[in-house]
Amino acid sequence: MTKDSSSVLPEATQAPPPRAAPAARPVRGRFPLDARLAGLFGVFVLLCVVGWLTRPDAFFTEGNLSTVLRLAAAIGVVSVGMTFVIISGGIDLSVGSIVALSGVWATTLATQSFGPVVMVICALAVGLGCGLVNGVLVAYGRVVPFIATLAMYASARGLAERISGRNTQVVRQSGFLAFFRGDLLGIPVLIWMFAAVFVVGWVLLNRTTFGRRTFAVGGNTEAARLAGINVKRHTALVYGVAGLCCGIAALMVVARTTSGASTNGLYYELDAIAAVVIGGTLLSGGRGTLIGTLIGVLIFTVLGNIFTLNNLDTDIQNIAKGAIIVLAVLLQFRTRRRARRST
Amino acid sequence: MPGPSSLARRRFLTGGAAVGAGALLAACTSNESPQSAPQAVAGTAGQNAQPGKHVTIGFSAPAADHGWMAAMTKNARAQAGRFSDVTFTATEGTNDVNQQIAQVETLINQKVDVLVILPFDGKALTQAGQQAMDAGIPVVNVDRVFDTPLAYRTWIGGDNYRMGVNAGNYIAAELKRKGVGNPVIGEVAGIDSLPLTQERSQGFKDALAKNGFRVGPRVSAQFTPESGEQMTANLLQSASRLDALWNHDDDQGIGVLAAVDSARRSEFFLVGGAGSRNMMDLVKADSSVIKATVLYSPSMASSAIALARLLGQGKGIGDLAEHEIPATVTTYSAVVTKENVDSYADVAFDS
Repeated sequence: MTKDSSSVLPEATQAPPPRAAPAARPVRGRFPLDARLAGLFGVFVLLCVVGWLTRPDAFFTEGNLSTVLRLAAAIGVVSVGMTFVIISGGIDLSVGSIVALSGVWATTLATQSFGPVVMVICALAVGLGCGLVNGVLVAYGRVVPFIATLAMYASARGLAERISGRNTQVVRQSGFLAFFRGDLLGIPVLIWMFAAVFVVGWVLLNRTTFGRRTFAVGGNTEAARLAGINVKRHTALVYGVAGLCCGIAALMVVARTTSGASTNGLYYELDAIAAVVIGGTLLSGGRGTLIGTLIGVLIFTVLGNIFTLNNLDTDIQNIAKGAIIVLAVLLQFRTRRRARRST
Repeated sequence: MPGPSSLARRRFLTGGAAVGAGALLAACTSNESPQSAPQAVAGTAGQNAQPGKHVTIGFSAPAADHGWMAAMTKNARAQAGRFSDVTFTATEGTNDVNQQIAQVETLINQKVDVLVILPFDGKALTQAGQQAMDAGIPVVNVDRVFDTPLAYRTWIGGDNYRMGVNAGNYIAAELKRKGVGNPVIGEVAGIDSLPLTQERSQGFKDALAKNGFRVGPRVSAQFTPESGEQMTANLLQSASRLDALWNHDDDQGIGVLAAVDSARRSEFFLVGGAGSRNMMDLVKADSSVIKATVLYSPSMASSAIALARLLGQGKGIGDLAEHEIPATVTTYSAVVTKENVDSYADVAFDS
């Protein structure tokens, strides 16, 4: 990937001149990102080929593809929210805990006796509520995102443990399970939900004022403020979006495991941040794509699938995961340097 | 200045109202009181049941962060409550080794008669146990064993290796009974880095090998329902046919069953581990793939309290010829099936 992007950018390969003459390409700042997306997609395709070569009988079966997508669904939805937060220049460490709290709240016994609709509303409301609390703390309370969401990380899981009594709350609402575990037009509902969240997120980010403001706030907060954007409100809403995504993911996890537990969503914050970062979104904010995030999530899910299909140890899988993350971040530094040089 | 700030305040208040409404919704719909299932208590028959010398038992355990560990603390408390001659002093569960050492030291300073310690990390807590013994307080070490017997008077715990052995033997016997040739036997392990998981897997492997079988597809989950579901979903894709599957832990078993259900698979039988109420109910109902679960029961915490009381009173165990409480007690990893499930219902725990 590195080679590709530098060979199409000859001026960048002339190492010494620090301020090389610009402007052969007007969109030069954007180009490396697209090249990297192509590279990332290449990695994904390569993984699929490996999967197909090692298990030709199992990898490209309908059952396996559906399994991979259903496994990617919850972390994928969380990563969509995380992409918004990181593009806006923040970070959200509390996503996994919010998934746990939303899931537990939706499955505690009294909630279930009110029916599936109440369960769904509960999960979404709790997710959105936690996200907004994060957002208000960050935007109006001027708490650093890392600290504000770290506080939520601890307290949301603590609350989930308290509410569930640390027992796994098995779902007894057959209506809830029948819908979320079922199919729609032959495709599992969870995959529809994942696709819907992704499409809505993409439109919101790329085709609406909300999205443009998110990029603006993350790119240069002061400039965004001077341009008349209500930065505080917008920041709070971005964390709200992330929280709502966690609520949706919580429903998915509850449906998949047929239970709500305070251990749901463990390490989601790390997986989501990893997916967003290898997807090309800058950790410093202002730039990123949801497509990249999607490919990032799929790479990790397919990696796990291939390892299990071939009956390999999970510890090597973690090493592979680490290597992919490091590679992506190294590429990110190159991109940023180049972008800076071009401006 | 007043303009924007009051506007901001109003917005903030609107936000507050939204959060408040959420809390109200929550208050209406959150959990009812947890099911008050009976906790496992040790049989207290015979002479030892008679009230004797008063004993203060200090108790320290890790945080009750999952069903099994929560049941350990609940069981200990319930057992202590059964004795009129026992005062039970429990510290708050913690997964911070330093804090647990401090708690044990506090209990020593309070001069409790007997200490029951379930260490978060046996090696790290060894010194604390030793300190108590040196102070003349007998220590009952539960489950995770100290580095040296000098640090405890009595150890009581489960047998992870035999858990694997018994799971393997049960599966082998069932497959032979059904006449399955060349069976595919899967395994959903717990956290692979833990010695307890390694012991369970080794026992399973050895028992299958003795019967001429071997472990086929194997995954390792995290003892949580979610990880159980994820790993099993992949495992089921990997094996188009399975004859038997052993899952190390009943808490992650809820997820394992959900994955089996999603994949609409039923050609194999599933054996669980630990012995949760949920799994025992399913074994009894006999309507799903789960046919048995191998015990690793938190009832050992109840037994630990009973032993601690006897230690404090200077008694032995009734039916043994020994004058003293034995130095180690290993609980048995029985296989609970439809046939015997009723007799094990009292040691089932809510996962």
